[in-house]
Amino acid sequence: MLELIVISTLNGVLFGMLLFLLSSGLTVIFSMMGVLNFAHASFYMLGAFFGFQLTKWIGFWPALVLAPLLVGAIGMAVERYGLRNTHKHGHVAELLLTFGLAFAIEEIVSMIWGKSPLDYRVPALLDFPAFTIFSTNYPAYKIFMLAVSVIIFVALLIVLKRTRVGLIVQAALTHPHMVGHLGHNVGRVFMLVFGVGSALAALAGVIAGPALVTQSDMAASLGPILFVVIVFGGLGSLPGAFVASLVIGLVQTFAVALDGSLASAFGPLDPSAGPSVLTDIWNVTVAQVAPIVPYLLLVIILIVRPMGLMGTRES
Amino acid sequence: MRKLTLAIAVIAPMLGHAASAEDTIKIGYIDPLSGGGASVGEGGLKTFQYLADELNAKGGILGHKIEIVPLDNKTNPQESLVQAQKAIDAGVHYITQGNGSSVGAALSDFVAKNNTRNPGKEVLYFNYAAVDPSLTNEKCSYWHFRWDASSDIKMEALTNYMKDTPSIKKVYLINQDYSFGQSVRTDARKMLGAKRPDIQIVGDELHPLLKVTDFSPYIAKIKASGADSVVTGNWGQDFALLLKAAADAGLKVNWYTYYAGGAGGPTAVKQTGLDHQVFQITEGFANSGNKAAMDYEKAFRAKVNLSLWYPRAVNEMRMFKAAAEKANSIDPVKVAAALEDLKFEVLDGGTGIMRKDDHQFLQPIYISSLGKLTESEPFDEEGTGWGWHLVSRIDTPQAMVSTTCKMTRP
Repeated sequence: MLELIVISTLNGVLFGMLLFLLSSGLTVIFSMMGVLNFAHASFYMLGAFFGFQLTKWIGFWPALVLAPLLVGAIGMAVERYGLRNTHKHGHVAELLLTFGLAFAIEEIVSMIWGKSPLDYRVPALLDFPAFTIFSTNYPAYKIFMLAVSVIIFVALLIVLKRTRVGLIVQAALTHPHMVGHLGHNVGRVFMLVFGVGSALAALAGVIAGPALVTQSDMAASLGPILFVVIVFGGLGSLPGAFVASLVIGLVQTFAVALDGSLASAFGPLDPSAGPSVLTDIWNVTVAQVAPIVPYLLLVIILIVRPMGLMGTRES
Repeated sequence: MRKLTLAIAVIAPMLGHAASAEDTIKIGYIDPLSGGGASVGEGGLKTFQYLADELNAKGGILGHKIEIVPLDNKTNPQESLVQAQKAIDAGVHYITQGNGSSVGAALSDFVAKNNTRNPGKEVLYFNYAAVDPSLTNEKCSYWHFRWDASSDIKMEALTNYMKDTPSIKKVYLINQDYSFGQSVRTDARKMLGAKRPDIQIVGDELHPLLKVTDFSPYIAKIKASGADSVVTGNWGQDFALLLKAAADAGLKVNWYTYYAGGAGGPTAVKQTGLDHQVFQITEGFANSGNKAAMDYEKAFRAKVNLSLWYPRAVNEMRMFKAAAEKANSIDPVKVAAALEDLKFEVLDGGTGIMRKDDHQFLQPIYISSLGKLTESEPFDEEGTGWGWHLVSRIDTPQAMVSTTCKMTRP
């Protein structure tokens, strides 16, 4: 039992940190521009595919740096030539733009790389068990993923809270006009933030690609959970996104480990009732519904605390 | 005059088109060509295209060329029906599908309804891999024919092997949460319970179909349960990722599987380092020892660059030809009648029969294990250097289970 708890905690934290890497960019972009970037998970996917391709050409480590830079550049172009032009038509136009972009990216990716999963392998340097607990190996690559996520989190916090750049960004979040009057180029700040957000998503893609599956529908399968993270954590709150990521990662992992059902808690239904929809629901285990648990959390938090765990404003 | 020329100009190509549509036999291949099942679906498509080319090179079926029409169903029953309608509108009278019993059930139902409503335009559904037993039991249909062994036939054979392996004490079941996965778990529980009551079922897991990207939480659970063997019907990405997570965690158990040979499976097995500890149950395999089958495998690999996962597809297409020739017609109704009780020499050797009662093809079944190859085993899988090794062969009479099918015949 202890073994299961320790391993599940590790797995949950790892998944949570990966979610954070993805949602940090999304949450900053959202709070800044008020736009839910539906294409954010697509940048994650682009990161994975660019990472795969660059790894083939120049190796994993250069790819780890280059792929996010490339995707960041694409992100900036999207902001400069797409979002900025649609901005004057209101948020709905912006939303639709990112929505369409997500589909376009998926189509383009599946045209270039096909629809089957790619053979994106863990680099040989990290392909060994880092340590063994209770006779279960923990792969070094996962530790690496964890380390990258933690470093990015700390770096992001320092930049936002302790530097001039962070000061301007934070001010632009709440008082864009004031920042503009003080002589800062707010447009450029937005563009850079969008670029950095996209690059972060891509970085998550490059490192998650070999560990999870790299294929053309990976954005669609991950997109919805990101919105859960940023809403659950509180819109625009970076620490909120961090906590929410960890909570969701852990909840999802532990839900898989739980075999409990209503039947095991309260005893089976009277057999004379016969098989019915009710007995089906009664016997469903927590493990079976693990994938929908985060969405349940989303619904609950929206009812109980609409601004999210650490959000400051209602949206 | 000008109107007449115009009319001819418009109609003539249509006539030409209609004529050529009569000449070719179109087979609608409805399977996942995107999403988590894509790797499996693409492999199947290449196999059927190879088989069609082979038949065409020998003059086709009764002089008609075969054309495979690929249709992507994303492993989704609803999408499959849209694709099936599209196929029928395009003049398809034969549909083949395999991946996903939920899809199989929807298609079988759809084809039956279509045939009642459109007499004279019947469609046959050739099922090469959807193995949920209900398709040939309570949900059986006259228009559905299955070439793969149903999952209860496979489980019968598998548990017969497991019951004679005393080292098995604790079994963990992990399956995909849909009709096929559920029938694997219930069959396994029932048959193991009857044959080896001393075996403990230490886990019985269902997970979402083709949605899980990281199986480490499940592996942690298997590890914690103390299981020595795992029984799984997982296929496609769900098998490859399951084994990948097991390899990462260093889980050392025996695996009893249905589809370890599918795309990515052997690579994942090699990574676990479980030499001859992953077993698979199939209707044939590369190193079966049958010369004709092995020659076929060689030619197939040389052209398609894949191992032949579906010997049953070979049986399906060859039997289609045999039935059409027996009926001397490519009319689906006559072909269906000719297929019933048709005896056939299968690719890997031995005689199979398409049982009239439920349209289930009964054939010899093999259990094989993946590991280092011996001298007489030439074929490895996915370039791993490991290949399939014969463990047990179950002949047709022992690989039958009874059916509850009450078929409505036209």
